[in-house]
Amino acid sequence: MLTVLGAYSWINIRFLLEGAWVTILVSVCSIILSYIFGVILGIIRYVEIKYLSAIVGFVIDIIRNLPLILIIFFTYFGLPNIGFKPDPIWASVIAMAVFESAMVAEIVRAGIVSIPTGQMEGARSTGMSYWQALRYIILPQAIKNMIPAIVSQFISLVKDTSLATIIVLPDLMNHAQIIYGQNTNYTIPMFLALAVMYFIVCYSLSLLSQYLDHRLGTAKKSGEVEEVVQGAER
Amino acid sequence: MISIFQNYGGELLYGLGQTLLCSIIALVFALIIGSGFAILEVFPNKFLRIISRVYIEVFRNIPLLVITMFFYVVIPMYIVEISGFASGTVGLILYSSAFIAETVRSGIQSVDPGQMEGARANGLTFWQAMRYIVLPQAFRYVIPPLGNQFINLVKNSSVLAFVAGFDLMYQGNVIASDSLQSMSTYLCVGMLYLILTLPLSYYMRYLEKKLA
Amino acid sequence: MKKIISRIGLLLTLLLMVVSLSACSSSASQKNVLKDDKQTKTITWGVKADTKLFGLMDVRDNQIKGFEIDLAKAMTKQILGKDGKARFIQVTSQTRMPLLRNGNIDAIMATMTITPERAKQVDFSRSYFDAGQAILVKNGSPIKNVKGLNHKGAIVLGVVGSNSVQNIKKFAPKAKVLQLSDYSQALTALKSGQGDALTTDNGILYGMSIENPGYSVVGGTFTNEPYGIAVDKGQGKMRDAMNHALTKVENSGQYNQLLYKWFHKVHGFDLKGAER
Repeated sequence: MLTVLGAYSWINIRFLLEGAWVTILVSVCSIILSYIFGVILGIIRYVEIKYLSAIVGFVIDIIRNLPLILIIFFTYFGLPNIGFKPDPIWASVIAMAVFESAMVAEIVRAGIVSIPTGQMEGARSTGMSYWQALRYIILPQAIKNMIPAIVSQFISLVKDTSLATIIVLPDLMNHAQIIYGQNTNYTIPMFLALAVMYFIVCYSLSLLSQYLDHRLGTAKKSGEVEEVVQGAER
Repeated sequence: MISIFQNYGGELLYGLGQTLLCSIIALVFALIIGSGFAILEVFPNKFLRIISRVYIEVFRNIPLLVITMFFYVVIPMYIVEISGFASGTVGLILYSSAFIAETVRSGIQSVDPGQMEGARANGLTFWQAMRYIVLPQAFRYVIPPLGNQFINLVKNSSVLAFVAGFDLMYQGNVIASDSLQSMSTYLCVGMLYLILTLPLSYYMRYLEKKLA
Repeated sequence: MKKIISRIGLLLTLLLMVVSLSACSSSASQKNVLKDDKQTKTITWGVKADTKLFGLMDVRDNQIKGFEIDLAKAMTKQILGKDGKARFIQVTSQTRMPLLRNGNIDAIMATMTITPERAKQVDFSRSYFDAGQAILVKNGSPIKNVKGLNHKGAIVLGVVGSNSVQNIKKFAPKAKVLQLSDYSQALTALKSGQGDALTTDNGILYGMSIENPGYSVVGGTFTNEPYGIAVDKGQGKMRDAMNHALTKVENSGQYNQLLYKWFHKVHGFDLKGAER
């Protein structure tokens, strides 16, 4: 019992919270980046611009089919070859953003595909251009449908930040490992703390997703989107 | 690149084999456990539904790495000796089964409830109706998403590198430090992963189009 | 189906092109690290943060502390003057070489043994600490020395990218070697019973045995592991500055002070023999 109390001393808790802060920082930065790039890439992939869409589609397929750890290595060890030397935090943000953008792009593409083609035809027949129809008619409906799938993807993102300990990102996982590495008695309390902290963050995100689902009345439709989305973890 | 394949081909192939082995074992067990919890979730008994819900939410919301490290570090200290490969595989099974449970559940729920009612009205028990009427339809429906779960499983099996599970990623780390050519090594490793995942991914897309 | 196969074919060809292109790109940046550091008044060191006595993260103030950290600070002052700053970046045995070659760090002082293979990739200073490889086992273990590990079924734990995992294959070829990502992971694995012994340099193992009285270093050292400071190939001026600074730190007696500060409590460590 005493060892448990010792494990949760203020010093250790503060050290864990510092790690949790890095986890949240990396997650939030990469969520914002991957949302922006994911939507753009998803649209490019959908609209079939000659060559560009094919190349984007190819790159997205490659990224989606590689383990995240490998992409982390590529950013941390590979980017300096082109003159940019990221620290572990930046390397993780970039790696997560690249990986998750590809995931989000696939969700966005599937979301747009799920909108009946009649919508586009109707909008065009009222005199809108292709891009106007996409921007004002198709995208708002599509994004509404994909929000739950995207939030699920972001839950995965938060969990996946733990993999960046391999390049010594000082995140929650890394800090917990440092604590139990220095005192074995703290191993179980640290795993408990890890589980609880990750669970709180991820489960609240998943509740948010359910709330949005309910609020937007998209429960059924979003189900349809998810079926089309390939490889999304949900 | 080519020199890496020449000098370390055996190690890379062994890693590829371990990754595949671990993924297949994990898929089989995760499928069994996941389907079990999926059925519990639509079971008429509220208590069982709650148990299943808790299981799914817990393993869906904790990182795979935490689960795996728990089995590698904590379990051998107090309960039973378990190797890196085994702890990684067990972690993968638990983690993936939660996702597979969700997939299968959505498949079961997509089957018209009238089917179940009709089957029950004909005198079948809940289990019989599930086994012979609902599940066969549900599984046909969830094959593409399950294929994608398998792709995720192959990618996620790279956590074995953290617990010395001799998988492809672990071999990559070892080779990278031995040859001191990290980028070339990781490019080789990436190509081998793509050989596993990319064809499967395209096949699933093809299946989805065909079934849709 | 035909379409899919042709697409996969196309993708693989493209992939091969990308790969061959990136493999061609050269990494060696021809700039003068010493000059840059003198301008910015900062040297960026790659150090360990998981190794007691040499470089260990202190959870109380989030600082890395150890013999190497203190030595790096002292040497920074010698090279850059009193207002020179030492910046520390955590590395593991796995990440240190790519980081140095990419230029994320200027020098490695991370329990790194000078070996001929590594000397082809980086330039080493002369040795700043002479370690030797040994093994750490649980008290009461039947294994008394490295020979005790040379049988089928024996499992030795080490760290990815460390010299000791290469050596152990020579001294105990029949044992299976598991390589973890850093020393704290390897020690945790030993305590969890994932291996029979942990092998690395004696200095690191002594640090572990202080914290964990249930474990001890047995059998003495079976290799010589002179630790060197590594700088990127072509940075000869940086290496000369390092050697010069090391000599000054040694002659001023500061080296012995640091040695005493970190190692005087270590049971079994030959402090007199290590003094300079």
